[in-house]
Amino acid sequence: MALTNSPSGFNRSPSLEKKATPARVIDIGFWGLTLTLAIGAGSVLVWVIIQTGLSSTQAIQQFGLGFLFNSSWNPVTNVYGVLPQIYGTIITSFIALLLAIPIGVGVAIFLTEDFVPRYITTPIAFAIELIVAIPSVVLGIWGIFVLVPFLRPFFQFLNQNFGWIPFFGGGAPRGNNLMIVGLVLAVMIVPIIISITRSTFEVLPPSLRSGSLALGLTRWETILRVLIPAGLSGIVSSVMLALGRAMGETMVAAMLVGNANRIDISILQPGATITSLIASQFGEAGRLQVSALMYAGLVLMVLSLVVNIIAELIIRRFQNVER
Amino acid sequence: MDIADKQPAPDGIEDLDLSKKAIPNYRRVLSVVLTFLTVIFTAAVLIPLAAVVYGVSIKGVNQLKFPTVFTELPPPPGLTEGGFGHAIIGTLMTLGIASVIAVPFGVLAAIYLAEFGKGTKIAQLVKFSCNVLTGVPAILCGLFAYSIVVIPMGNFSAFSGGVAIAVLMLPIIVRATEEALLLVPNEMRQAAMGIGATRFQMVANIVIPAALPALITGIVLALGRAAGEAAPLLFTAFNNNFWSHDPLQPVATLPVLIYFFSIIPYKASQELAWAAAMMLVAIVLIFSIAARFFSRQKSY
Repeated sequence: MALTNSPSGFNRSPSLEKKATPARVIDIGFWGLTLTLAIGAGSVLVWVIIQTGLSSTQAIQQFGLGFLFNSSWNPVTNVYGVLPQIYGTIITSFIALLLAIPIGVGVAIFLTEDFVPRYITTPIAFAIELIVAIPSVVLGIWGIFVLVPFLRPFFQFLNQNFGWIPFFGGGAPRGNNLMIVGLVLAVMIVPIIISITRSTFEVLPPSLRSGSLALGLTRWETILRVLIPAGLSGIVSSVMLALGRAMGETMVAAMLVGNANRIDISILQPGATITSLIASQFGEAGRLQVSALMYAGLVLMVLSLVVNIIAELIIRRFQNVER
Repeated sequence: MDIADKQPAPDGIEDLDLSKKAIPNYRRVLSVVLTFLTVIFTAAVLIPLAAVVYGVSIKGVNQLKFPTVFTELPPPPGLTEGGFGHAIIGTLMTLGIASVIAVPFGVLAAIYLAEFGKGTKIAQLVKFSCNVLTGVPAILCGLFAYSIVVIPMGNFSAFSGGVAIAVLMLPIIVRATEEALLLVPNEMRQAAMGIGATRFQMVANIVIPAALPALITGIVLALGRAAGEAAPLLFTAFNNNFWSHDPLQPVATLPVLIYFFSIIPYKASQELAWAAAMMLVAIVLIFSIAARFFSRQKSY
């Protein structure tokens, strides 16, 4: 058996000869067990992808790629398409990123660049980490009963005064809309951007900072022209991870987006995301509809895999450069 | 100023002004504005946290009526009073099932990654795959468990919920355990091998005990993350309005209960949802603070 040839142990001295003692058998068995489980852990991802694909075969055969461009979701006629949901997923994630990128990078700079002493930044950093711990369903219920009533006047203000901008137009604004989902998603993903950007800034060589300052740049010019370009790969990968999280977030979307199967350019109108569609329809779905929902899940899987793999590759390249 | 005074500039070049005044106004204004902006951004991040914690505590405390929340079932529509003891049990059941699957699996896999297969192609691939799995949306873990457990067994069950949560926890546990093991100094491994321990004895008697605090931290963090997830449970553990201890039957869980009760228009249900939300936030915060506590202890 190949396993017995694995390292550790000497063959020359008779007293140290490899014998099938119980200790050695356990040792080899343990090695094999951990190897098997490691391969198993690595295969879970593949299994999840394949299983989702298998479950959606019926819908894939029936609708093909047209599923992505069809905007009806009709259990009566059994015609399904996810164009409005793809649109909603992209728009809500985009709103979240639009807010979270500048805020996240700004806060990361505030926490790492010694604007204020450590004893102020440490508790702030701790509090930001706690945001990650808040369950999304709690953010959802808070959104329904606190944030929606609070923001309703603001939505009306936007609609009345800036209704000529298509994004804020389109009839009376609704409490459950694409914008509020984007806002809550921004709260959820900002800690991701902050923590990765922070660690990126912390590992940048100090010579970059001192060199730039010595050339006469101010602190902020150093940050904008030297540190941010140098740490760009870290920032980009944090943004990708945050995007993946925003696209896959279910409860906030299901509770706040309004679950309307429509494409509306106005972000003050209700919409739907892929996740909210699955969460709201799955309970009472028939066979073909379940398959269509699995297909929707597959679409989401592909989107999130692309984003996560890009993030992972950027992080890897970045780590290799560091060493 | 001093330097400029002491070293006269060569002919044809004007004296350099190296004082702060030499920085043009727009550059100084830019600095002040940007610094101000970062302070505002930091406040903008902290305000929602404070608002959520405040909102949940205010609305939740009024509804938390001891001990009925633990001992009673939710009221039928139209009535008031009641509790969600069944959902607490359901949450413990699904988390327990998930831990039984994911903890040994993840810890042993991580032992290979950190101890035996460090740097090999297999280890790198497995790590890559686990990192990508961490980013897979939680609802897809639910769909996965639905198609491999719920469909073959024919009904929603606590067990299928546990499987969904286990898929969610597995990559977190693998990564945390691997990091915990890598923190153990190599000298300890060499010492163990030097006195004739097999690799199993070394791992079981030396490395694991040394890494235990960090290892527990990772598991507690994974549990905390899993405790708050509703999406993977929606179509696996589903929901149940009655007491259930059977792992093969659907059970209510706190996150799913919050979701269902907050979207129906009965006031009593919504109040229970707030109480459950407060409970859930408390549990999750206790988990993450407990994790910090464990991580401070060092046994080597």
